[in-house]
Amino acid sequence: MADFEPKVVAFVCNWCTYAGADLTGTSRIKYAPNVRIIRFPCTGRIDFMLILKAFGNGADGVIISGCHPNDCHYTSGNFHARRRWMVFKRLLDFTGIDHNRIVWSWVSAAEGAKWAQIVNNTVEEVRQLGPYENYHKAALKPLAKEVNHG
Amino acid sequence: MDDIRKKAKELLESHAVDVVIGYGEGTAGKVRAIFPRKAEDAEKLIFDGRCEQNLAVYLLKHEIKHMGKKAIVATTPVMRSILQVASEYQLTQDEVLVLGVSPEGKYVEIADFAAMEAYLKTQDFGIPAKDKAILDKLEGMTLEGRWDFWLEQLSPCFKCYACRASCPMCYCTRCFVEVNAPQWIPIAANELGNVEWHLLRAMHLAGRCINCGECGRACPLEIPTHLLTFKGVEDVKEDFNVVAGTSASMDSLLSSYKADDKETFIR
Repeated sequence: MADFEPKVVAFVCNWCTYAGADLTGTSRIKYAPNVRIIRFPCTGRIDFMLILKAFGNGADGVIISGCHPNDCHYTSGNFHARRRWMVFKRLLDFTGIDHNRIVWSWVSAAEGAKWAQIVNNTVEEVRQLGPYENYHKAALKPLAKEVNHG
Repeated sequence: MDDIRKKAKELLESHAVDVVIGYGEGTAGKVRAIFPRKAEDAEKLIFDGRCEQNLAVYLLKHEIKHMGKKAIVATTPVMRSILQVASEYQLTQDEVLVLGVSPEGKYVEIADFAAMEAYLKTQDFGIPAKDKAILDKLEGMTLEGRWDFWLEQLSPCFKCYACRASCPMCYCTRCFVEVNAPQWIPIAANELGNVEWHLLRAMHLAGRCINCGECGRACPLEIPTHLLTFKGVEDVKEDFNVVAGTSASMDSLLSSYKADDKETFIR
């Protein structure tokens, strides 16, 4: 566990958080290199299944970030996304998927420092939780239970 | 029951409808859906305690959809399904005539969608006590406990999609699960593919499920797949005060929003 380096996938919107992350870089703020950023047109485009795909392909944590409410480039994409996450988070909780590994945030194009903080905090939190073995195991395992057709 | 039969016969005789969707005697003591198109076949219609299936699913099936005007034997879940798909612009008032049946098995006259909305206000939509008990039990478990429970429950699933086929709300002609470029849901019998499929289904039914429980009844392996959507029914009622299938003109939960939706987890 001591040498465990969490893999974190970040799904971010093009207009706010991606630009914010750019600002983090141009401001020469250092942050954890564990994050892989994937750019989307809008948080509204981030399908819930992509989170599961990230975990299924070996991610230990996920960050989802976009424009603050009322700042969406497309007016309402983040409002729709927020509703979807409210429903999805409860479903994850009900099915026992570890939603503590998912961090939702609003990071604007001016919040370079906040982005660095979000990433660092997430990496630390996931480091404490350890690798997401439960999910990774299921991703590889064929069906165990025999089906009785009697 | 005689009232329904008589009414169906009249409708077919006068050509007011082209087909009646109702229950008939099946094999081995089971009931099945029947589709009388001639007045004399209306005699075969039955209604008793075994008639649980949500018949609304047939309204949007390709084979029935194009048969012309339909009359349907409608219990409370069927009426709710009709209003829900109508709110999604899949069905209009002119396409369907409802032969209402009360929970006691009595014929109820329902003139139009407005009358249906009014009638449904008097009905109980509660989740059956048996299912509620399991939901409560799961609530008390740990996250890992629930994960193990669902892996165990879903592991026999071989994705026959009977749950999808039996659901009136699953009417898409091309389902996400069949998207194969890229392969969206693994088709191999593996645990993750099963989890992904059932989560996808539950998400796509969020705010739309009318808790008829048909998916669970349809499952040949008796996987309690209906619990996933039942939980969603409770959640969206609590968070958004949305009850699906109560109005033919309501907004869809996930394609609408309020600027003041309250969440507690976005940093």
